Amino acid sequence: MKRIGIIGVGQTRYERMKTEDTYADLIFEATVKALDDAGLGIDDIDNVITISNDFWDGRTISSMAITDACGSYGKNVSTVEGDGTFGALYGLMRILSGAFRTTLVVAHCKGSEGSNHFITNAMFNPIYERMIGLDSISSSALQARRYMEKYNITEEQCAMVSVKNHKNAFNNPFAQLAMNITIEDVLKSKMLSDPIKLLDASPISDGACAIILAEEEIAKKGPKRPVWIRGVGHFAEAYNLGDRDLAEPLSLIRAAKKAYTMAGITDPFKEIDVAEIYDAFSYQELLWTEGLGFCERGGGGRLIESGATEMDGELPINPSGGVLSAHPVLVAGLARIAEITIQLRGEAEARQVHRARVGLAHGINGACGQAHCVWILEGE
Amino acid sequence: MDIKDMVYQGRIKVPYKWSVGEYGSRFFGEIKDNKKIFGTRCRNCNKTYIPPRKTCPDCFLPIEDWVEVGPYGTLITFTIVRYSAPLHPLPAPFAVGVILLDGADTGIVHIIGGTDPEKIHSNMRLRPVFREKREGNYLDISYFEPLNP
Amino acid sequence: MAQRVAIVGTGQTYHKSSRADVNGVELIQEAVGRALEDAGITRKDIDAVVIGNMDHFEGINYVDMWSIDGNGALNKPIMKVTTGGTTGTTVAIAAFYHVASGLFDIVLAIGWEKNSESDTTAAIITCADPYWERPTFGGAIAGLAAGAVGYMHRYGITERDAALISVRDRKNALKNPYAHLRKEITVEDVLNSPMLAYPIKFLDICPRTDGACAVVFASEEKARRLTERPAWVHQVATRHNYTYFTDVDRSGPMPTLYEACMEVYKKAGIRDPFHEIDVVEMYTPSSFAGLVWIDALGVCKEGEAVRLVNDGVTEMDGELPINPSGGVISTNPIGATGLIRVAEAAMQVSGKAGEHQIPDAKTALATGFGGCHWSDVVLISSKRPD
Repeated sequence: MKRIGIIGVGQTRYERMKTEDTYADLIFEATVKALDDAGLGIDDIDNVITISNDFWDGRTISSMAITDACGSYGKNVSTVEGDGTFGALYGLMRILSGAFRTTLVVAHCKGSEGSNHFITNAMFNPIYERMIGLDSISSSALQARRYMEKYNITEEQCAMVSVKNHKNAFNNPFAQLAMNITIEDVLKSKMLSDPIKLLDASPISDGACAIILAEEEIAKKGPKRPVWIRGVGHFAEAYNLGDRDLAEPLSLIRAAKKAYTMAGITDPFKEIDVAEIYDAFSYQELLWTEGLGFCERGGGGRLIESGATEMDGELPINPSGGVLSAHPVLVAGLARIAEITIQLRGEAEARQVHRARVGLAHGINGACGQAHCVWILEGE
Repeated sequence: MDIKDMVYQGRIKVPYKWSVGEYGSRFFGEIKDNKKIFGTRCRNCNKTYIPPRKTCPDCFLPIEDWVEVGPYGTLITFTIVRYSAPLHPLPAPFAVGVILLDGADTGIVHIIGGTDPEKIHSNMRLRPVFREKREGNYLDISYFEPLNP
Repeated sequence: MAQRVAIVGTGQTYHKSSRADVNGVELIQEAVGRALEDAGITRKDIDAVVIGNMDHFEGINYVDMWSIDGNGALNKPIMKVTTGGTTGTTVAIAAFYHVASGLFDIVLAIGWEKNSESDTTAAIITCADPYWERPTFGGAIAGLAAGAVGYMHRYGITERDAALISVRDRKNALKNPYAHLRKEITVEDVLNSPMLAYPIKFLDICPRTDGACAVVFASEEKARRLTERPAWVHQVATRHNYTYFTDVDRSGPMPTLYEACMEVYKKAGIRDPFHEIDVVEMYTPSSFAGLVWIDALGVCKEGEAVRLVNDGVTEMDGELPINPSGGVISTNPIGATGLIRVAEAAMQVSGKAGEHQIPDAKTALATGFGGCHWSDVVLISSKRPD
């Protein structure tokens, strides 16, 4: 694969409810930040990929609301409706094709403006499961129990994810929920849907994120060291929850395998220095570490207990605070890519993982991680 | 002028009429008229799907065989929903779970009822409880209840 | 480009007002099955899928995930793109880049819509900004009508001139077994049809349709093994410039269509589009648009389209046939409509268009329209790109 680099990133602060900004304002903020970061003007961008979702935005042709704000006037532009990691992959393809030299990828979500319950219920089949009132929380609870019962993962092990990530969030100026909590606090927090408790769940968030991809020649000329894209994989598995064994992250295993193969990685736990993965719920960080091959199947609980994924461990996971600390849907995966970029440049300040050279960013789409997208990035 | 951040409230009002399709219609018809649950089986890979599929998602070949499944099934996983929300079929707390009906290769998600939610556990054997007045939709099965309460 | 891309197969459903016999997933599967058959491949050969529709028409969130049983992507890579009316061409362009990038060799593009399942206007109205435009937005028809009044004023065209487009396309549809509306109409029929929003009458506007379309894109190496007549995708371009309907620049030819066409021609080395293009599949939401936007294709001078159409130049036996498939005025499953233009263009240059084949068609242009005067353009040819 040709060498394509990430040369600019921009994020807004993630907050529960940003009433001073429309999502177009958020897009503009993230875009300008990314351009400044890359040392570019909007005219240097030759195509744009926006990421939006008609349900979250409460409007059909949701991409229409932001064409101005992302600077796509007079440019080739397209819109992916799915997690930011997938949109960024499309942006990458457009440069790989040779048709473009730079791509701006920008995602937004104002979770505060809609109802998570209604919007995620709409993911389910209207003829069948929708009538059961499933939403992102109750459906994920089905997966959490299945995973925990099949592999003896405990509630305490899941709680450790929340403790770790909310504490990490103190070091991230963009994160929404920095909290000093204990395992006890998590276990005592309000039960939403067994076994998921309030502190096991990610928040409602508003925010936007932008990244700029560039082909090698342009990447090398930027003011900052580019972060190179070494591998990307995406896969989807069955839709009906009953068609799947929810404890087996099949599409993640395949997406990771593809990304690792492209990047020439054979021992992910050893070769990856830092990872930002999509922990919409605490159990998910454990399950995804297994799917990514950071530990053996069923070993997610033991992995976090070993301390390996803490800031001072062998493979820090979610130094940014992760999705548990800020969950603007669609943006969250792109933010994972942005965070790894910041890490690999050595710019992560208080949340910097020492000497991080190879990083992994991950996003999910669909209920209970029906689809996954895995990115392997490398700093200079 | 006191300028505060204005918030504009609204709803999207788009009504829907979803086509169930021939296969789905037969599935609901059997439940409504005969209190029987059917799946469809792919002759190529031998997988029995419920809800019924017209084409095998894997083999991509047309499926023609209808197979009665259940009525009993095994609870694969479940959750007790403890918050109230507008689209819930019942007030909280209520349980939903994935049920693998005998003879089917795929599970269905439905309500687990007829018992104290705290007594529910995975691997329980369940049976469907049909509504008295059935209309031809998913809630014609009111819920699944334990065989041994 | 990392690798050249060709279309090696297409599939469509028989488009109808309402396909109550199937749910959306089954509708998609029909088109996919036909496309696989046309390309001579099986589901196993698909490397990735791109799918699109307009969410609020079916009320399903994350359609790529929901339709996995029928879209062919079970245990494969898939992503969804959506840009309103341009969705179909956006899907085609995304599939093109999937292959052109070199990351995938065989990519399935799917566009579909089941408009019978919802109130189309209620859903479309939500595209307008809730504070500034939605309270007064009358839906697609009103939006297009306002545009049409502008055209009539600026170019002096009449309702009779516009009616010729509907008459042409509906006549062409008789030769397309997949088309939705297959009844010939006359100019008088159009003029006498019920007025919806002046000057757009019932027979001036596209219908709403249940339908799906699937197109198989392949790398050069795979295309050569699969078919003797690949439809090479030479160039694609997009301009989705506007956010508010009132921002649209109406002082000249349809601006986004014009810009996108000029970009495609420049990159493809086309200097005389009128002569170098053999057939156009044009996304025409209304007869008025279908008439006036011909200028924006760069095939005639501004204001000349009326003469072209009156002289029969755009008929099937004319010098530059437009919409031999019957176009959007005969068939409009919105998420599929743009992709059908691409499929039809590919069918033309591959000699697969059956009764509505334009003899010797070598180069075809497909256009997409949607959103706020947005345009996509795709150039397809039987000649391999350099």
